[in-house]
Amino acid sequence: MDQDRITIASATGVEVTLTIAGPGTRSYAFIIDFHIRLVLALAWLLLGSLATVGHLLPNPKVDGGTSDGAAAAWLLAAVLPSVLIYALYHPVLEVAMRGRTPGKRMVHTRLVDARGGVPTVGAILIRNVFRMIDALPAFYGVGLAFTFFTARRVRVGDLAAGTILVMDRAATVDRLELLGNLAAETVHDPALVEVALDLLARWNELSEERRGRIARSVLLRLEPGAAAFDLASWHPDSLQERIRAALRPGAPR
Amino acid sequence: MNSTSTARGWLLARAPLWRGLAASAAEARARTLGFDRAGALLVGYRRLARDLASARRQWPGGTITTALESVYGTYHALVNRPPRNTRAALLQMLRSDVPAGFRSIQQPLRWIVLLMVLSTGAGWWLVTAYPTLVGLIASEDMIRHVERGELWTDGLLNVTPSSVLSIRIFSNNIVVSLMAFCSGIFYGLGTAYMISLNGVMLGAMLAFTHQHGLDTRLLTFIAAHGPVELSLICIAGAAGAALGDSLMHPGPAGRLASFQERVSGLKGLLGVLCVLLVGCGLIEGYVSPDDGYPVAARIAIGAAWWFIMWTALTGRLYGRPQTRRSLRIAA
Repeated sequence: MDQDRITIASATGVEVTLTIAGPGTRSYAFIIDFHIRLVLALAWLLLGSLATVGHLLPNPKVDGGTSDGAAAAWLLAAVLPSVLIYALYHPVLEVAMRGRTPGKRMVHTRLVDARGGVPTVGAILIRNVFRMIDALPAFYGVGLAFTFFTARRVRVGDLAAGTILVMDRAATVDRLELLGNLAAETVHDPALVEVALDLLARWNELSEERRGRIARSVLLRLEPGAAAFDLASWHPDSLQERIRAALRPGAPR
Repeated sequence: MNSTSTARGWLLARAPLWRGLAASAAEARARTLGFDRAGALLVGYRRLARDLASARRQWPGGTITTALESVYGTYHALVNRPPRNTRAALLQMLRSDVPAGFRSIQQPLRWIVLLMVLSTGAGWWLVTAYPTLVGLIASEDMIRHVERGELWTDGLLNVTPSSVLSIRIFSNNIVVSLMAFCSGIFYGLGTAYMISLNGVMLGAMLAFTHQHGLDTRLLTFIAAHGPVELSLICIAGAAGAALGDSLMHPGPAGRLASFQERVSGLKGLLGVLCVLLVGCGLIEGYVSPDDGYPVAARIAIGAAWWFIMWTALTGRLYGRPQTRRSLRIAA
């Protein structure tokens, strides 16, 4: 087994290869989820408090003792649901979203079982019960340490449940379909189309000078008739539009 | 596929298949595929495997290969997805998995009960011999109540409504039980610590109330919920001890496999345990603090709940199918 990949035997004889999400990706997803659930829980607490007692905390002098209906309503309608949102965010969403959470989706990861399938409800619940150990002694110290030292970069909960967090390259799948369409409908060399798509996907990550240079080089191959000196005067954003136009079905070569 | 034209031809030929597979993925996820479409999906899956093998050979690490890997992984999960039959799976769990899990922890359960009894005795002895030690176990408020000749639970319903009390109690009990189970990962030592601590606390409070002549009232208070609550904490502890044992004596399959197998065998038992603890919390919130319930009624409720717990853990509550052994005995 490669350190960062797992291979799973399949009935077709062609192995499934999955890329394991490392500690950094896991932490990133967790931090996103942590903020989402914290904001949701606090928002519910605030709204529930305003709806039941009119302010954030019940005041015994104003609302009576805790036996008073207002304080009980505050506990049941404001505090309890916000605690539930915070505590059940991961297990409920991982079951409902088939091994994903909003945070995992944003960083393109998903949970799988040892056979590459969606984990069972039982496995997801066990994984989350063991958060009690992973969270020790503070800030997920045990869990984080395990992700550094285990071969599959998993925490204790994953070890117990037999789950693995893997990369889920949905964007790549979209590009595969796009590439298939383009291959069917354009007259360009697929390898060149792949380079052009790579450039468009990474457009915002590149400096203006660099994307301009690569765009001109790609355009000279997409449009053999184009003059290099003519393209030199084009603004990179215009070059981007011209590449898109050249890739469109039926574009002249 | 050495030349560009061959590559283009290959892509041209495969593009419709990939487009078709992408479209049917959504249908397959929603489990709305008809028989024909499901058959077509299987054929597509095999073709996709062939394409991936070709792409791996021709363009290792390329965009097309990476994308095909991803699609293939998704389809592998879809094709190998187990059938969904929630009711049957739930019945299987309640009738077979839970009793099997419960049977598998009988030996550690005996040790855990012994540990609980011994630590309760130790707590009793400590507080009897050194009465000031109760300050380590009980809060100042509880001590003041008992010294005044009252239980800290007296008038509890005037302070906290039953619903809130129940939720607070069962949440706490579930967390304690799950922690007793999970801490078994420290080779059972975490579980032993938690059970001992709970036993010492119980013994200390019994001794403290005995010194002030309130022990009968305390036993009356816990009569309805206590038997099941303590039993369930011991069972969770035994499950934790079994977890520790799976790490200490892993067998030929290895430590990780042994640990995973043990967790998998006990997860149903833990689920039932949590449900029963919710019941205990409701009894403790609604029945135990209510002086309107006589002692006999409390004992009857405690005994009935314990009986339900026993039948749930042995599978009899759900009509457990007869085993070969029971059939042999019947014959």
